[in-house]
Amino acid sequence: MSETTKHILVPEKWVQSYSDYLYNYTITRVNNDDLAKDLVQETFFAGLKSMKNFQGKASERTWLISILKRKIIDHYRKINSRKGKAEVRMNFYNDGEREGEWIEERVPNSWSSDADKDLENGELKTTLEKCIDNLPEKYSMVFRMKTIQNFETEEICKELDITPSNLWVIIHRARTQLRRCMEDNWFNN
Amino acid sequence: MSKFFISCDEATTICDKSQYGEITVFDKIKLNFHFLICKYCKTYTKQNTLLSKIFGNYAKGHCEEQRCMSSQDKEKIETEVKKKLK
Repeated sequence: MSETTKHILVPEKWVQSYSDYLYNYTITRVNNDDLAKDLVQETFFAGLKSMKNFQGKASERTWLISILKRKIIDHYRKINSRKGKAEVRMNFYNDGEREGEWIEERVPNSWSSDADKDLENGELKTTLEKCIDNLPEKYSMVFRMKTIQNFETEEICKELDITPSNLWVIIHRARTQLRRCMEDNWFNN
Repeated sequence: MSKFFISCDEATTICDKSQYGEITVFDKIKLNFHFLICKYCKTYTKQNTLLSKIFGNYAKGHCEEQRCMSSQDKEKIETEVKKKLK
């Protein structure tokens, strides 16, 4: 068996070589500039701390990404356990005889304006961004990954350590909330 | 038969899933069956399709850009990392 090349770590060059790559990886998942920068910095720090555990099997970049992935899961767990704050408004009764039915004041109204013609409208984009930002962080993160970044369901579940049914509940809540927000601020505004 | 009856919550969940093309034939049957008795979910579905178009259009403009860190930000991190290296 031929000997495979053993990778080495050169931490002096990490920032120059990998910060853009790590930043881009992070920003597509968390969509928050400051948070992304923090996570990248934490990744480098954690890398420095565990340099002695590096076995040289993976490339430096792959190794750093695996650390970053942990950081992103940790972040997701943190926002996932944050209770109460900005919880999604209920659209359906969640118990009693009418469980699962629309709550009257939350039923979808018909829309007056027909936005079909004008998808390029800049104001539409701004309104949408506001509505996505209004979602609780957990919902906006999963919604963005699935809908804006087009990640596969399986990939998101793996990266955030959640089940597919978990994911669909989050997507469902995010989308019902977004529908309502777009109705109030765009279609029937 | 009761398998065919789903709540509005379930129906809209299936509808959301279908926006990503990830539903089964049985889900589709249940959803269409639900539309017969619920006009709200029918409205929801119609609007959801339009929203998907809007999201898709937004995504197109959003994903093309490769996002980088500013050189100032890099310098800041560089300084912090160097401190720890000492």
